[in-house]
Amino acid sequence: MNTTTATDIRILESQLDPAHAVMDQRHPAGEPILFEVKRGQTLRIVDLEGNQAADVLFYNRHDPAEHYSATNTMQRQGGIYLTTGSVIRSNDGNSMLTIVADTCGRHDTLGGACAAESNTVRYALQKKFMHSCRDNYLIALQHADVGLGKRDLVPNINFFMNVPVTADGALSFEDGVSGPGKYVEMRADMDVWVLISNCPQLNNPCNAYNPTPIQLLVWNPA
Amino acid sequence: MTTQDTFLNDPLTVVPPNPPQAAPVDAPALWQRFPAAALEGVDTARTMWSEVVPGGSHWSWRMPRGSAIRFVALEAGANVSLVLYSALEKLERYNMPDSVKAQHTAHYTRGHVLMSDMGRSMASFTADSLGWHDPFGALLDNELMQQKYGEKRYEHARNAMHRSGKDGLLIEIGKYGLTKRDLIAPVNLFSKVSVDAQGRFGFVPDHAQAGDFVELRFDMDVILAMSTAPHGLDTAPAYSPKKVGLLAWRCGAAPANDVCRAFRPENARALHNTDMLYL
Repeated sequence: MNTTTATDIRILESQLDPAHAVMDQRHPAGEPILFEVKRGQTLRIVDLEGNQAADVLFYNRHDPAEHYSATNTMQRQGGIYLTTGSVIRSNDGNSMLTIVADTCGRHDTLGGACAAESNTVRYALQKKFMHSCRDNYLIALQHADVGLGKRDLVPNINFFMNVPVTADGALSFEDGVSGPGKYVEMRADMDVWVLISNCPQLNNPCNAYNPTPIQLLVWNPA
Repeated sequence: MTTQDTFLNDPLTVVPPNPPQAAPVDAPALWQRFPAAALEGVDTARTMWSEVVPGGSHWSWRMPRGSAIRFVALEAGANVSLVLYSALEKLERYNMPDSVKAQHTAHYTRGHVLMSDMGRSMASFTADSLGWHDPFGALLDNELMQQKYGEKRYEHARNAMHRSGKDGLLIEIGKYGLTKRDLIAPVNLFSKVSVDAQGRFGFVPDHAQAGDFVELRFDMDVILAMSTAPHGLDTAPAYSPKKVGLLAWRCGAAPANDVCRAFRPENARALHNTDMLYL
């Protein structure tokens, strides 16, 4: 454990050329996707129009019991934010992916994914019929039928979201770190399932009240 | 010193002799030995049971709606890592992000509730002498424990062996058919982890003093699993888990004028959502 690892903003641009990507696709606002990234491949997520939260979970492709762990990731790096150099760890403590480039500089580990049920708590009971990340996750896993389900919907990463903790122990939802075209790039250290909900939340400013598309790119190892 | 005193003082290494066959069941009112100030607000006439949990140990209970557990730090630097699952539907469980974001908090104290992924309050903080309990700090696992404290196994140390919070909770949730994929982000009672402007964690040593207390009221029927292993970010150089006292009592379900309902509108709605299960 290294409790002195700064998790402050570390901007690093990528040298990878989109012309050489093996996957390069626009992913619409408010929709889920489940896809595989192999060990050694690099995944880039682009915030095309800015201020869009991408809610992401990772699973070991060969063991559904091994998933991204927010608490292990934070504990092992000694802090809450993700940025260049952050190692994304599993519930077994293994490195799942490593962030190798980041033009946004700060990503959230605490905010979780919106759900119909949590919307009833946070806003009003009558919000329960609005579309949500948790619905996205569930429908993606139901269709894929790969042995993953609700029990596997653990606390996720919110790329491009800024959720600082204050000295007196409050959690705030701040704006302003991401912008159009900013991206985060990570190298897979094991074969992983990538589960993304491009967040449809309309009740707070996490998507600037206007959910927008993201771009997904994958490169093979050089 | 009586056998019970010995048990309270050094329960892991001192093994009291087996009682004679005619002796009553050895379920003493251990809570009577807790500091009286730590039981303020508890109606001890409605006590269900009490326990002294040695440092590093683990246990679990099925707690009904309307019951509460008063946790008492019996030594400075205590830590209780705990997880909650609905006893009615184990797929419903405590959810750290949903709880912290609904209450805009990075710590728990009186007034806060622990929410499930289904938008319901599972448990409420109804009493607290400390003001800060940690939602972020994860569990001490075997790898970290070995790295920080070296090895101390049963063969040589017997029950004073090093035990990790993660293994403790895995044993407990395993008793209900839950596996490692079901192990969730825990709450670490009695521990404080601050976060600085760069996002770095700062563990506060000996946040809890002997006699500090916190109470959870269960708003639904839950499975509670806990470990008294040290906090994963504990900076003490030696493995030195601390003893914790528990008193379970029947406090009744949250009344209309409940402190947690009034704390934030989000909490009122989460408690309302739970009430809908028990109409």
